Amino acid sequence: MLSRTADHLYWMARYIERAENMARVLDVTYRMSLVANSAYDETARWKPPVQIADDIEAFEKNYSGYTAVNVIRFMALDERNPSSIVSALNSARENARAVRVAMSSEMWETVNALWLELRQRIRQGLNEADICEFCDWVKSRSHLFRGVTFGTMLRDDSYKFVRLGSFVERADNTARLLDAKYQLLLPVVDAQEAQVDYYEWSSLLRSVSAFEAYQKVFRDTIEPWKVAELLVIRDDMPRSLHACYDELAPILEQLCRQRGMECLRLAGENHARLHYGRMADIFSMGLHEFLQDFILRNNALGAEIQRAFLNGPE
Amino acid sequence: MNINTFFDEMRTSTGSVRRLYQPFAEWLSGTDHAQLMQKSREAEMLFRRVGITFNVYGDEAGAERLIPFDVVPRILAATEWRVLSAGVIQRVTALNAFLNDLYHDQEIIKAGIVPASILENEMYRPEMQGVDVPGGIYAHIAGVDIVRTAENEFYVLEDNLRTPSGVSYMLEDRKMMMRLFPELFRRYAVAPVEHYPQVLLNNLRAVAQPGVYDPTVVLLTPGAYNSAYFEHAFLAQQMGIELVEGQDLFCKDNAVFMRTTEGPKRIDVIYRRIDDDFLDPLSFREDSMLGVPGLVSVYRNGGVTLANAIGTGVADDKATYTYVPDMVRFYLGEEPILSNVPTYKLENSDDLKYVLEHLEELVVKEVQGSGGYGMLVGPTSSKQQIEEFRARILAEPDNYIAQPTLALSTCPTLVEQGVAPRHVDLRPFVLSGKSTTLVPGGLCRVAMREGSLVVNSSQGGGTKDTWVLTGDAPC
Repeated sequence: MLSRTADHLYWMARYIERAENMARVLDVTYRMSLVANSAYDETARWKPPVQIADDIEAFEKNYSGYTAVNVIRFMALDERNPSSIVSALNSARENARAVRVAMSSEMWETVNALWLELRQRIRQGLNEADICEFCDWVKSRSHLFRGVTFGTMLRDDSYKFVRLGSFVERADNTARLLDAKYQLLLPVVDAQEAQVDYYEWSSLLRSVSAFEAYQKVFRDTIEPWKVAELLVIRDDMPRSLHACYDELAPILEQLCRQRGMECLRLAGENHARLHYGRMADIFSMGLHEFLQDFILRNNALGAEIQRAFLNGPE
Repeated sequence: MNINTFFDEMRTSTGSVRRLYQPFAEWLSGTDHAQLMQKSREAEMLFRRVGITFNVYGDEAGAERLIPFDVVPRILAATEWRVLSAGVIQRVTALNAFLNDLYHDQEIIKAGIVPASILENEMYRPEMQGVDVPGGIYAHIAGVDIVRTAENEFYVLEDNLRTPSGVSYMLEDRKMMMRLFPELFRRYAVAPVEHYPQVLLNNLRAVAQPGVYDPTVVLLTPGAYNSAYFEHAFLAQQMGIELVEGQDLFCKDNAVFMRTTEGPKRIDVIYRRIDDDFLDPLSFREDSMLGVPGLVSVYRNGGVTLANAIGTGVADDKATYTYVPDMVRFYLGEEPILSNVPTYKLENSDDLKYVLEHLEELVVKEVQGSGGYGMLVGPTSSKQQIEEFRARILAEPDNYIAQPTLALSTCPTLVEQGVAPRHVDLRPFVLSGKSTTLVPGGLCRVAMREGSLVVNSSQGGGTKDTWVLTGDAPC
């Protein structure tokens, strides 16, 4: 297939996944901000979403203070912010429009309808009271997109590049989210704080749709290291790093026939660390260090996919 | 001008319904206005969702508009279609013969039928002189604009031989009509048009260079911001071929390749929807970012086929138009089936004098204008507009032609107040490759404003589904 087509499909999927994850972060942050908790002032509460998106500098240039209103505006609706939900969805639609014939017409219509509805919502404006509904809407549209893709798209290389984009992006987002929360929460000493942390950890789980999964898997109170285990090395948790690489590795094995051998190696290496790694070793290395390293390795894979397949042969 | 003096597709001058339209009129009388408006809104919603939109030049970046779709079809009887289709096939066959002759031996100039001054036309491409193209076909896809002025009077207004667009509306309008009004298709035996992309693909494959087995065909688009991008994407999808941009292609060793995820892949036929000027920055406009450097050289050496060929613009130019009936006689030895509109060439001083004295009756067009830009419709223009145009003509008379204002036929059209007559034209798409054919139908454009004779979509024109019946009467 055309390299440019693969490029657009891959980025379309990445941007939709990114919008969904940003909606998850905002949604949970907002819900948590409603729980009375003296341990966090507004800044401590609202800075992490901006941190996760790596946007501190741009935010501080344009906004005065990490208030709920400012962060929501910046992360949800600000078209100047390239990682806002609106920007991500705009980019997803631009990419889709450029290659609408490479996907099923249902997929294109889903992305286009999403974008049309987004324009409508922007015109109406977003009030604080609407934020949860807005985030739910973004998530449900992303689910719809995934379902339409799964249910209607021919299983050719185009499909593989869509999937590749989704999982490279998701692995990155989950790692960032876990890292931000982990730094914010450790360590725990007194009982009252532990009580508060129950809410914090459960909110993190909810943000990746893992709260119920946690209960099923561990049947236990929420422990930070188990949360980490669930999101890093459990392969049955669909947003965990391991699950993302379980999807990525075989796709790359199919795509890398003559070219892209370095992609295959990088993916295999990352996959092996998650597949054969032990949580105890990860903790002794330091979870933060492990996640930072993972984010770099995942980025390196993204860059290699770009170079080998998407930029086109010289 | 009184609208009643025009030929109406549905009603005779006494107001009675023509036989062809009787089942439709009967259906219409049983359908109330609100219901039709509802269907019309539904169509608009569907078109928007599917993204059947176009970008209007000059609008703010990214603005996407719908071409108004009218729910009332234009109906043609089989006998009418036989004449029209034979007429346009004859015309396009002659035009292809003309282009082949012009770029080779120029017999028609030697015979004194077309003046040698045609070689000074900007659209004449000296690069193409002596170049052989597969099958001697230059205009693989031609859109011939036809208007009707009376029961049996059809005129060709213009031949579009460069990159004619609009065929996606022929196909999408039909799909929409079948969805909105399935019951009407029970009352009428409408000839299908849906196989157009297959016919097009077969023709494109047939014009690959000799010796190419299983040719790779692509559609070259200027990109997602082009006004006709939807159509490019649509056709590529329907034909199952890659939709490429200039940046996806490169030339090497007298061949054209596309960049794929599995490495370079050779291309044999390019259905290009980019104008000549932008095809190759090494040959034409240096500043073109849309084209492929080196493409023209590969093309001239027979490394790839372009459809349409380079240099077809010389034959659809409004000044060349006047010679087309003579081309039919010269190359085919036949009398033209379809007439030209009488045309005044303002480079002739007699014609210029006449036109300047009758501006308020005439339509004046730029020789190379298109899309309804740069034209004057005398009868519907103000004194001031006419005077402004007079100055433009006097500054550069060679650049204009004039024609009598044709009494374009009207067709019932859904408007706010009800169903009312609006002026229409018809653009069938003639395909040449293996043979010269067309599917029974075309793009019917309608001027949505009352009294307006300008049907171009860039000027607010809409589209209608065109029904060619398989017989001469409804079912």
